[in-house]
Amino acid sequence: MNNYHLDYLDELESESIHIFREVAGQFEKPALLFSGGKDSITLVHLALKAFRPGKFPFPLVHIDTGHNFPEALQFRDHLAEQIGEKLIVRHVEDTIKAKRLTEQKGKFASRNQLQTYTLLDTIEEFGFDVCIGGARRDEEKARAKERIFSVRDEFGQWDPKRQRPELWNTYNGKIHKGENVRAFPISNWTELDVWNYIRREKIELPSIYFAHDREVLEYEGQYVAISDFIRIDETDIIVQKKVRYRTVGDMTCTAAVASNASTIEDIISEIIATKTSERGETRIDDKVSEAAMEDRKKNGYF
Amino acid sequence: MDILRFITAGSVDDGKSTLIGRLLYDSKNIMVDQLEAIEKQTKNRAEGDIDLALLTDGLRAEREQGITIDVAYKYFTTPKRKFIIADAPGHIQYTRNMVTGASNSDLIIILIDARNGVAEQTRRHSIIASLLNMPQVIVAVNKMDLVDYSQDVYNNIVIEYAKLARALGLNEVTYIPISALKGDNIVERSAEFQWYEGQSLLHLLENVEVEKVINLDKARFPVQYVIRPQTEALHDYRGYAGKIISGIYRKGDAITVLPSGATSRIKAIETDGGRPVDEAFATQSIVLHLEEDIDVSRGDVIVLNNDLPQTAQELEVLLCWMDSKPLIPGNKYLLQINSTSVRSVVKEIAYRMDVNSLEKNYAPAQAELNDIVKVVIKTALPVVYDSYKDLRVNGGAILIDETSNVTVGACMIQ
Repeated sequence: MNNYHLDYLDELESESIHIFREVAGQFEKPALLFSGGKDSITLVHLALKAFRPGKFPFPLVHIDTGHNFPEALQFRDHLAEQIGEKLIVRHVEDTIKAKRLTEQKGKFASRNQLQTYTLLDTIEEFGFDVCIGGARRDEEKARAKERIFSVRDEFGQWDPKRQRPELWNTYNGKIHKGENVRAFPISNWTELDVWNYIRREKIELPSIYFAHDREVLEYEGQYVAISDFIRIDETDIIVQKKVRYRTVGDMTCTAAVASNASTIEDIISEIIATKTSERGETRIDDKVSEAAMEDRKKNGYF
Repeated sequence: MDILRFITAGSVDDGKSTLIGRLLYDSKNIMVDQLEAIEKQTKNRAEGDIDLALLTDGLRAEREQGITIDVAYKYFTTPKRKFIIADAPGHIQYTRNMVTGASNSDLIIILIDARNGVAEQTRRHSIIASLLNMPQVIVAVNKMDLVDYSQDVYNNIVIEYAKLARALGLNEVTYIPISALKGDNIVERSAEFQWYEGQSLLHLLENVEVEKVINLDKARFPVQYVIRPQTEALHDYRGYAGKIISGIYRKGDAITVLPSGATSRIKAIETDGGRPVDEAFATQSIVLHLEEDIDVSRGDVIVLNNDLPQTAQELEVLLCWMDSKPLIPGNKYLLQINSTSVRSVVKEIAYRMDVNSLEKNYAPAQAELNDIVKVVIKTALPVVYDSYKDLRVNGGAILIDETSNVTVGACMIQ
């Protein structure tokens, strides 16, 4: 082995920076979709490496469902200010009112699906031709097949049948008017890669990623934060728990995990030891399979 | 720890999905919830076996719905390495997917069913591996459990494949007998193979040298983006941002900008968004500053003077056609290589290569989906390239249909 050798995190980082610069080089009007979660925070960190000392050739765009964790929103504003980049926030609440959309009902009614309307309106409002996102291929099976430059039609839809072959490190960003590309610079990162990178680069995160005391409701083995956005039934048992979040989405559909991890090192140890995937552990908007899994657990699977 | 990117080739029946499932499972890269999901789906639960193929088959449901089968990417990590698997389907009609998956891989695992030996599929996959200049090949003779772990069967296949490899110019070939289903020789060496003296498959994957994939001699730096803050403090800052695809760059080095031919010296190199360094190497993403204020923009390639690439407007190309519309000589396409794209026209199809026999069919009228053809492409502007055989990272280009915007061809420049 010679001295000219990149560690795997360096290689992933360089690949991501390359993708960022391809986006900047190929498109007129990019946007970086920012949620306040660890993956999009990592994206911002990579963008700093790709474009400093210049400004980002795109704004940060947050589609605020109105169900976000306050800690994530504070962090979002703090980060945008700290790096001096433009932040655009658009609210799902406004879209619901303007378009008379019908909200989901139920215990954990989620605005996940309504988000798309606001996103597409925002894309149209600013004329974005590409949106950079923090999705990773290890998250789920469908994502495993998605391209780094993923073409969407004018309804924002992904059509697996129309995927372009993506060869070498050459990304085809050509689109027709009305179409849009989603670019995913950290496609090849796993959850653990992201955490190891956050540790190495000492990237600041919202406090909810670390263990803290929280009032939660125990629902089918998962802990859901008490908030105004979920329906609390009489039979619900509310407990005070020490928890952290493994992913940060809406308060209505992201579950916390019991944890004492107060540092990044602790979190990484827990993730290495965990037996459940990121989605499996923290998603409660996929109720059917979650419930099925719960049943099997009750039947003594492990 | 570094990264190894590899592709698995083999028809569905060769046990490719089972092999990937086995690698993920035995290296403990599968989570309980994922395992439960496949346990539920496994049809032969009564026998207590888990169908590991289901781990990789987000594809199966899609196949049932008639959606084109596509490359999927899988990840696993051992203490030694991070692995990225391009899981490409092996059917004859998916040559384009295999080419796509192989284009980003450092190594290919070719699976051979021990009962069938070197088959037509094996030949085709090996031909594609050689066309794509795959640096490393592992031939895994699978289903050895079904031939009683016979050394003779294995040896005969090795002898037969070695002939093929020689004919194709595949040099770095390693052979291993396995049973993906039983887990023999996958993570641990199996006691079933008393006669086999090599290592387990995972051990091979963990220890194969990947450094040789990166060329440190030919310095190539395609400019992706020019950073010009244009602020008071950084009024004169002009940095050329890109990724070093090969070679090493040092402060003070004499450079040439291609295709213009302008020359200068490297004034400074930055990484990490502004940290100055004295040298940088492939495959780092960096920012270069030049002594002279010369015209450099996206698509230019900054190279060291000691070893220049080719610059030409007429390219001989081995082309894998990837579109359902045929390629007709005279059609115009965008040719994209690294950060450059130029208008181009496919002038003539010299021959079509039969991927089963390697025979050349001269001067066909057109090329169809999945055909591999030799063509001459003329470009509107000079293209900076290296021969694909010498330097893969600067010899591969794509063709884009300007009316559909679809990527229609993969070019290996000769």
